[in-house]
Amino acid sequence: MALLLKDGAVAEDAWVVVGDDDAAAVPEGAVIVSLDRWRRDRAALSARNTALGIRLKSSQLAAEIAADLDRFTLVVLDFPVFRDGRPFSTARELREHHGFTGEIRASGHVLPDQYQFLVRTGFNTVVVGEGANLASWRHALSEISVAYQAALSAEQPLSNLRRRLDPSGS
Amino acid sequence: MSHLQAGHYQYDEIDRRFLTERVEQFRRQVERRIAGELSEAEFRPIRLMNGLYLQLHAYMLRVAVPYGVLSSAQLRQLASIGRQYDRGYGHFTTRQNLQFNWIKLVDVPAILNDLAKVDMHAIQTSGNCIRNVTTDQFAGAAADEVVDPRVYAEIIRQWSTLHPEFTFLPRKFKIAITGATTDRAAIAIHDVGIRARALGQGAVGFDIFVGGGLGRSPFLAKSLRAELPQADLLAYLEAILRIYNQYGRRDNIYKARIKILVHEVGIDALREQIDAEFERIRGPKYRLDPEIVESIRAHFASPPFEDLPAKSPAFEAALARDAVFARWAEINTVAHRQAGYAAVTISLKPPGGIPGDATSDQMDAVADLAERFSFGELRVTHEQNLVLAHVRRDDLRALWQELGKHGLDTANAGLIGDIIACPGLDYCALASARSISLAQQISARFADPEQQHLIGELKIKMSGCINACGHHHVGHIGVLGVDKHGVETYQITVGGSAADDAVLGAVVGPAVGYDEVVAKIGRLVDAYLELRAPGERFVDTVARLGVKAFREKAYGTAA
Repeated sequence: MALLLKDGAVAEDAWVVVGDDDAAAVPEGAVIVSLDRWRRDRAALSARNTALGIRLKSSQLAAEIAADLDRFTLVVLDFPVFRDGRPFSTARELREHHGFTGEIRASGHVLPDQYQFLVRTGFNTVVVGEGANLASWRHALSEISVAYQAALSAEQPLSNLRRRLDPSGS
Repeated sequence: MSHLQAGHYQYDEIDRRFLTERVEQFRRQVERRIAGELSEAEFRPIRLMNGLYLQLHAYMLRVAVPYGVLSSAQLRQLASIGRQYDRGYGHFTTRQNLQFNWIKLVDVPAILNDLAKVDMHAIQTSGNCIRNVTTDQFAGAAADEVVDPRVYAEIIRQWSTLHPEFTFLPRKFKIAITGATTDRAAIAIHDVGIRARALGQGAVGFDIFVGGGLGRSPFLAKSLRAELPQADLLAYLEAILRIYNQYGRRDNIYKARIKILVHEVGIDALREQIDAEFERIRGPKYRLDPEIVESIRAHFASPPFEDLPAKSPAFEAALARDAVFARWAEINTVAHRQAGYAAVTISLKPPGGIPGDATSDQMDAVADLAERFSFGELRVTHEQNLVLAHVRRDDLRALWQELGKHGLDTANAGLIGDIIACPGLDYCALASARSISLAQQISARFADPEQQHLIGELKIKMSGCINACGHHHVGHIGVLGVDKHGVETYQITVGGSAADDAVLGAVVGPAVGYDEVVAKIGRLVDAYLELRAPGERFVDTVARLGVKAFREKAYGTAA
């Protein structure tokens, strides 16, 4: 079972990921669909009266969902491999340019060493594997306390280049 | 750093805390790797972002020398690390950094700790992130300087340090900045090249170039934007990097640099994208506050220069009575903006030597000389030499004599013996052919100072593989080593330049074997001496007559 991390701690995950298979019925409650599925079943998904999340591959950038953002309360950005840094930009575009205020979740292959970067580019939550060392994830939020550039997340400017990071990451 | 009087970015308590935390973070990362929590594939980029490479024979640690500026205390610490953990020397690189080539993994945390004691580190000297920013080795000293580039290099260094969005880019990203009328930072061959300019009424602006780079697909940078206001520097860089991070190719590492994006999308279309992004980013949050710029500029204030006459009688007299000194002074010093001073290049290219290598004893000697003659500060050049930027003309002879005691008085800055060479097959895991030993042979072949002087400016640049760390494409003579069916083979180009007249060299003839390179370069030089018009440098003659004239002379008949 994958775990959901929020502010360094395990959080409850009420969302259900729905596949792209047409035949499968969409379950009740909050669901996450792919961009393909959203485009295909847009009318049906819109008619549901529950929260909707969308999942983007790293090659699917913020502009792809910009026009529909008000339909989603969650955007999941997938890292096929931790070295693929595109979702960091996608998250920032969603927050800063498109004004998205819902949850942005990282999934796929991410490392604790990237946790602070995720928080600072606008992610709220991370899906980690079952075997993840939660202590490493928790520690990652506070191991560097100084940032040298403006970004997102709650941080206190020391100057307009330097800032002190909030270890809670919230 | 008690003797340091020259402009230097001094770490404060916040910078030091950051560095301490970063060292501790890496120590934990090594532990997690050992515990198996991080796979080798996951650990590798983390290790690289801390400057640690696994080379052919050992680990190599690449220490960041931000924009090439070092204090004497820092150089002494590097000397000490070289003595304790390496083999008593270090290697200065074309990125103005220093590499230790014989490091043991187990010593790395201790070395990083020693570096941190003098405010140094190895952060972002490798990996797919924004690398150490490079600049003019004569910054703050050159007579032709318009804007001090160190101020902005330091701002960019800080901004790019552990940037949350741009640490997992498609590929590495190199920024160079110049603030002089003559470009000594080779801005045309960087991912982003910046020319800082005075826009009048005290305002500073930047001309931005993008998409330069060598490697297997060499490109010169193209003009992206002129006269960018100072306040927009970081917002504009964010825009460039964001577009690159999103649209740069990730399917093929050889096509992943921004130069390929520029080439495939086209500079005009890319400019539109970047400008649109910039307009969205450009707001109070990302504006570079003038007070910040001034507070950083204060770190680079002029050292306490003496009020001296432009002409130094002692220097003039020494020139008149000592021809050997006079030649060194002519070749290895440049005009200083302060009357009575000169900037001095200390050549790390003795005949037969390894380009860019310095022993720990030499580093200690240079650290002492920097304190005695140049306000306790020195620079590393992208041509793999050292510079004392602020030497009184009155002291030049005494400095030269001291340098001579340590084998550091070679008079060849910019001449044929001043060769740039990558480590090549002697060290590098990527190399196809040797580079260093050829450079040693060439500098030995042209050791005669009279002959070097006669030949004049001639920049030989050598790479041991197509990744072009030795910048061979922009060498006046470029040498590229390739592996042809298991045999080291060398392709020779002529006419390249990384300066204001930046141009890629052209292949001059069929590739030759290892044993033929030196003789072939000899014939190219002979051809030049025969063909040149008065006052022409080697590259000028190639530009005037074309490659064909050289091919005929050097390859036309049997040797």
